[in-house]
Amino acid sequence: MNELFDVAIIGAGVVGCAVARRLTLNGAKVVVLEKASDVLDGASKGNSAILHTGFDAPPGSLEQACVAAGYKEYLSVAADLKLPILKSGAFVLAWDQEQLSQLPELIAKAHKNGVGDVALVDREDILKREPGLSNTLVGGFEVPGEYLIDPWASAHAYLLQAMANGAILRRDTEVLEGKFSNGHWTLETSSGPIAADLVINCAGLYGDIVDERCVGETCFTVTPRKGQFVVFDKAASDLVASIILPVPTKKTKGVVICRTIFGNLLVGPTAEDQESRTDASTTREALQALQARGVEMVPGLDTCEVTAAYAGLRPATEFPDYQIRSLTDQNYVCVGGIRSTGLSGALGIAQHVVALLGDQKFTGVPIADPALPDIDRLSDYHRRDWRNAGNGGIVCHCELVTRREIENVMNGPMPPSSLQGLKRRTRVCMGRCQGFYCTAELATLTEGHFKVPMGVEHGEH
Amino acid sequence: MVSTDQNQRKDVDVAIVGGGPSGLALAAELKRCGVGRVVVLERETSAGGVPRHCGHYPFGVREYGRLLKGPEYAARNVDEAVKYGVEIRTGTTVTQLHAGGRLSLTTAKGLETLEAKRVVLCMGVRESTRAQRFIGGDRAQGVISTGALQSLVYLKGMRPFRRPVIFGSELVSFSAIETCRHLGMRPAAMVEELDRIVTHKIIQPYLAVRGVPLFAGVQNPKIIGSKTVEALEFIDAAGVTQHIETDGIIVSGRFRPEAALLRRSPVEVDLGSGGPAIDQFGQCSDSAYYSAGNILRPAETSGWCWREGVVTAKRIADDLSSNGKPETGVARLVVTSPEIQFALPQRLTRSDRSGGMDKMQIGLHEPVNGILTATVDDRPVWTSPLNARPVRRIQRPLHDILAANDGRDVKLSIGPRR
Repeated sequence: MNELFDVAIIGAGVVGCAVARRLTLNGAKVVVLEKASDVLDGASKGNSAILHTGFDAPPGSLEQACVAAGYKEYLSVAADLKLPILKSGAFVLAWDQEQLSQLPELIAKAHKNGVGDVALVDREDILKREPGLSNTLVGGFEVPGEYLIDPWASAHAYLLQAMANGAILRRDTEVLEGKFSNGHWTLETSSGPIAADLVINCAGLYGDIVDERCVGETCFTVTPRKGQFVVFDKAASDLVASIILPVPTKKTKGVVICRTIFGNLLVGPTAEDQESRTDASTTREALQALQARGVEMVPGLDTCEVTAAYAGLRPATEFPDYQIRSLTDQNYVCVGGIRSTGLSGALGIAQHVVALLGDQKFTGVPIADPALPDIDRLSDYHRRDWRNAGNGGIVCHCELVTRREIENVMNGPMPPSSLQGLKRRTRVCMGRCQGFYCTAELATLTEGHFKVPMGVEHGEH
Repeated sequence: MVSTDQNQRKDVDVAIVGGGPSGLALAAELKRCGVGRVVVLERETSAGGVPRHCGHYPFGVREYGRLLKGPEYAARNVDEAVKYGVEIRTGTTVTQLHAGGRLSLTTAKGLETLEAKRVVLCMGVRESTRAQRFIGGDRAQGVISTGALQSLVYLKGMRPFRRPVIFGSELVSFSAIETCRHLGMRPAAMVEELDRIVTHKIIQPYLAVRGVPLFAGVQNPKIIGSKTVEALEFIDAAGVTQHIETDGIIVSGRFRPEAALLRRSPVEVDLGSGGPAIDQFGQCSDSAYYSAGNILRPAETSGWCWREGVVTAKRIADDLSSNGKPETGVARLVVTSPEIQFALPQRLTRSDRSGGMDKMQIGLHEPVNGILTATVDDRPVWTSPLNARPVRRIQRPLHDILAANDGRDVKLSIGPRR
């Protein structure tokens, strides 16, 4: 393809998707280059699925500014993009005196960050509102503005809106080398050269590597931080309504307990620094420790079934803040070090990138009435397709996924190339049976669509 | 008991949730007993249940006097039900149970409700998952249950891998070997966390016959593979780290009742069995609901479930025709030893109704060799020696316990042999 794009975005994680949307709507001709065979294959694959207010970010930091702006924009676009949101609110809870002593400082920080409704709540009132919590808690404060969201639908919706308005997605396209000359970029990729005026590195876990490949130097080093999570079955979601956040201490980052928008209950993450950018494996020891910690905080979890376990990798760097820089003389922007608030901050990061670009001209003009993507809301707290006529019948019984929902995705503008991708887009196999009932039917429905098929036909039988 | 008045406005006499062996046998028997409108609600596109994808023998010997494969048996159960006038609605998912026998349903056409005089919960079991067993490692494609493997192989003629490792050593784990062989897959190993195979030891030589090495007493299993499964790692009984190259993991056994519908329902759940708490008639805490089959406990044979369906049908037919005999209270059969996973019936109804179950069923968490004792107010009312293992059929007479029922809880515990 010899087409000249205004912008080449490297990486289709939540940040790359949000930047692609913003620039497309601003009139740029955008191409998104993803080295994996599906979007959201790196850091954006596993997180806690919360829309944060940014109450606990360092005041004055770029992270705080992006999360605050991202939060605001998320709420304003959620309805149009059909993003399911649930305002559950959060409690930050102290479980010992050391944590208790930190609460006033955290509340002051929240107020400094403009999250003015953060307020101390009596221990007894917390237990009255959340009777499922262990009475070993010693105090806490509430953050009413925290939401549960769908982490994958958010990024999909950003990219699908970009694509609906002209952006191009190239999967299986790893950037191997970049050359900037005569005001243009030529990116050598694993699927051929790409030409663009501007390059934006949103490569997440590979941000420093892409920097090296494009501009020959980087100002940070990614040290992936693994977070393991345990997902409990839907029955557990009756035990606690709010997001239960820990007080960060020097010793431990603490563990979050929250419902998911899909009706489950999540406990995690761990925080394990590692060298590997790909190893998102779980360990029995960590998962059992998370389960035990969950039971300590919410004793009713003791009798709840575990549904799934996963791990996410956060692209942490040696710096506490985001690392976003623009090399104006090279038409290059690096969006790096988006370590743990990428989901909440993505839309704000996209705004910040636009601000950095200043009067950089694109070939097009801002789109006045942009097209909206058509996606199914997968939330347990919103109307799902199984309630509607003509849904084609239910294929995945645990998550009540209909045949129509699956077909919409398989025949849509960004079909999955793997079972993992289909799971993120529809929730098939994500429920309590993990495919016991629907695997065979899915194997048929997805035949010829996946790189690694769920099953291959056997000629002799 | 539901009064006759309430019964008159119902859509059907009996609605059965789940069209597997117990549900279909129960439905056919209800019709044979003269019950009016009987409907089976099946969420899959075909009724028959798990035997539909068990393409092996032996099924149906006691039920039909013939040796059948699973799919033939499933079809036979469907045919019998239809022959006797049972209405089978496939592609119909029950989404909510309401008090008094009202059901919320969804089909391809959307939502509806159905009111039944009696509802019977026959949703069966599934295997527990990788996460429920805390098997760590990568989330690679190719980790499936025996049930999923069987449905791929026998319903679709597809194989998901070539040389899998079988995790677990129950009867179903051995059946997985046969399922593999059907499409030319050769299991690389069987791996068990306990120090011996879970099912009867007499079956173990079969592994040698099929050339499948057994690793028992393994610790810390871990799945390796970036996209698809590449290996299973674990520490073997000798403390040595083993790395078995494989392209798939079959996570087999440790059945759990498919009981999610019971959440936020009027039907009480027994945490031990994971299924509904029933009395000796198979009746639930909401008297419009009955239950039979493997949802009651993990897990029995299809023949057992079939017969359980038949006897439960007789109790329901009796209940429907008697306009409700007065009950004089319900006591509980409470398990107080951690070794016991469940005992059913969990509820002991004081009633002069006849035809209730004469044996209780017990399941164990760990091997037991001791004395099983039932007490009321610390006074023993019944004892029996028990030397048994988990995942075994254990039955004991219920008569003395029912006779001792004065409305107070009956406690079931295990003590040492004297």
